[in-house]
Amino acid sequence: MTRSRITLLALAIAALVVAPLGQGNYIIYTLCSWLVFSIAAMGLNLTLGYAGQVSLAQAGFMGIGAYITALMTLNGVHWSLAAFISIVSSFAVGLALGYPALRVQHHFLAFVTLAFNTLLFLVLRNEEEITGGSFGLVGMPRPSFFGISTDGNLPFYYFSLVCFLLSTGVLWWILRSPWGRAFKALRENPIRAESLGLKIRRQTLLAFAIGSAFGGLAGAMQTPLVQFIEPGSFALIHSLKILLMVVVGGSGFFFGPMLGAAVVILLPELLRFTEGYYLIIYAALVIVLMVYSPNGLIGLGQKLLEKVRPKHEARHDLKQGVSL
Amino acid sequence: MTMQPQAHIKPVLSVHNISKQFGGIRAVNNVSFDVLPGEILGLIGPNGSGKSTLFNCILGQLRPTEGHCAIKGRATDGVRPADLSLMGVGRTFQQLSVFPKMSVLDNVILAGQEHEGTMFSRLFSKGDAGLTSKAEQLIDFFRLTPYRNTEAGSLSYGQQKLVDAAMAFMAGPDIVLLDEPAGGVNLTMLGYLKDRLTTYNREHGTTFVVIEHNMEFVMSLCTRIIVLAQGEVIAEGTPDQIRSNQMVIDAYLGG
Repeated sequence: MTRSRITLLALAIAALVVAPLGQGNYIIYTLCSWLVFSIAAMGLNLTLGYAGQVSLAQAGFMGIGAYITALMTLNGVHWSLAAFISIVSSFAVGLALGYPALRVQHHFLAFVTLAFNTLLFLVLRNEEEITGGSFGLVGMPRPSFFGISTDGNLPFYYFSLVCFLLSTGVLWWILRSPWGRAFKALRENPIRAESLGLKIRRQTLLAFAIGSAFGGLAGAMQTPLVQFIEPGSFALIHSLKILLMVVVGGSGFFFGPMLGAAVVILLPELLRFTEGYYLIIYAALVIVLMVYSPNGLIGLGQKLLEKVRPKHEARHDLKQGVSL
Repeated sequence: MTMQPQAHIKPVLSVHNISKQFGGIRAVNNVSFDVLPGEILGLIGPNGSGKSTLFNCILGQLRPTEGHCAIKGRATDGVRPADLSLMGVGRTFQQLSVFPKMSVLDNVILAGQEHEGTMFSRLFSKGDAGLTSKAEQLIDFFRLTPYRNTEAGSLSYGQQKLVDAAMAFMAGPDIVLLDEPAGGVNLTMLGYLKDRLTTYNREHGTTFVVIEHNMEFVMSLCTRIIVLAQGEVIAEGTPDQIRSNQMVIDAYLGG
């Protein structure tokens, strides 16, 4: 890492630390929500942006994490243990779901994950005795660490920030290893990668399961953040929302999902003044972005930067974006 | 390096009575040959002669109707491409086969990293799996050093062929199967590619099997040539013997 990058990173973290200071509860809550969805989107970015597989079940994995954490913390288990179990469970479910589904890959994987998300929604709604059905679960406590309670919104924000930074660190650590290169190779040319000794099925499965585990952690954080969970919060539409975050931000870029989550969560707030037109404007913006820059906002930024200082031009016949 | 088949040297690749039937068409009919260590074997023949089918049988991609292929004594039938690579088999592809959005260096490192440790241990190893200097040597060998950090997709076609070749060699294979390495490459680059392949073969003793259409390229590169026509071996010998073989001239060279 270059010195300027380290400086930028330090500035970004400092900005995250001071962001909630002096803000009202609502803004702090929105920021927390952004951190939580960033984690979920980061996980999906690993599956989609790096390994090139479309998953439509990220909200489902959040649901698994959220319900496990809710049920455990309601029964007096500490959040950190509950979160750990949530992460491990999501990872395991990811493996179990991905093993058969990744034999088919791409669009078919999208369908399998779509079906899984729908199925999970039905289970959460119908197994009333455990999950509370459509009424959901309420009153989950916010955790305390070493005697410091995160009941207040500001402490909870810092708790979320720590989780977010840890997740970012873990993801960065995975991607800096040879695995990062292997994931990119899977996306760009799986046949060639396999001929070079890459066990593509196993590596893709792990990308999917790790991505799912990030979803599990996001769910485990959603529970104490909202303190109310119901099946509708983890329905298919939310998986699509997380997918939108990854794509809008720039799939395959490390900071894409964070940016995408910010846009998807904050834009509705910014467009609130337009009242009924908000969804139309929002949809139009997304369409324009996708047409002009399939690589999302970060791709758009790079495009503009290259216009200012062109480095090299890729041959058009060999250019290939991340295709959905 | 010229090597004549000798009985006491173990072949790197042996093809035993391979036949492949597609419905009513017999694409390969009872083909047998051995490839000895250090040989550069050319596999030539007109379109539809069964070269690619044979190639795919060797690589375990097609199950032969009869017979079997073995690399270093291990049957290749049904072996997955990744395992074949781990067995010490490198290959290039007919079409361009680089990772276009990755740098040349990353392309070449990727070609070696899966051979280092296990998948799990690679998660904990250094980002380049300790392969940067080895990859740089290969990049230098193919004189691609100025493009070390360039995205492979933005190189010229011929340069990408060189990257592809460098990737095939990165894991230090015993045998490399080259599928039409000369296809679409201009004359200057062709001479250069030939020179690099010959040099690599001389320095490392790596065995090559080359499928090719370009006769001049095959004649100047290979130590031994097998000519296929309609799924059968019609001639086998040194480039000089092949040049003067009447059956080959009739079937393929067209006088």
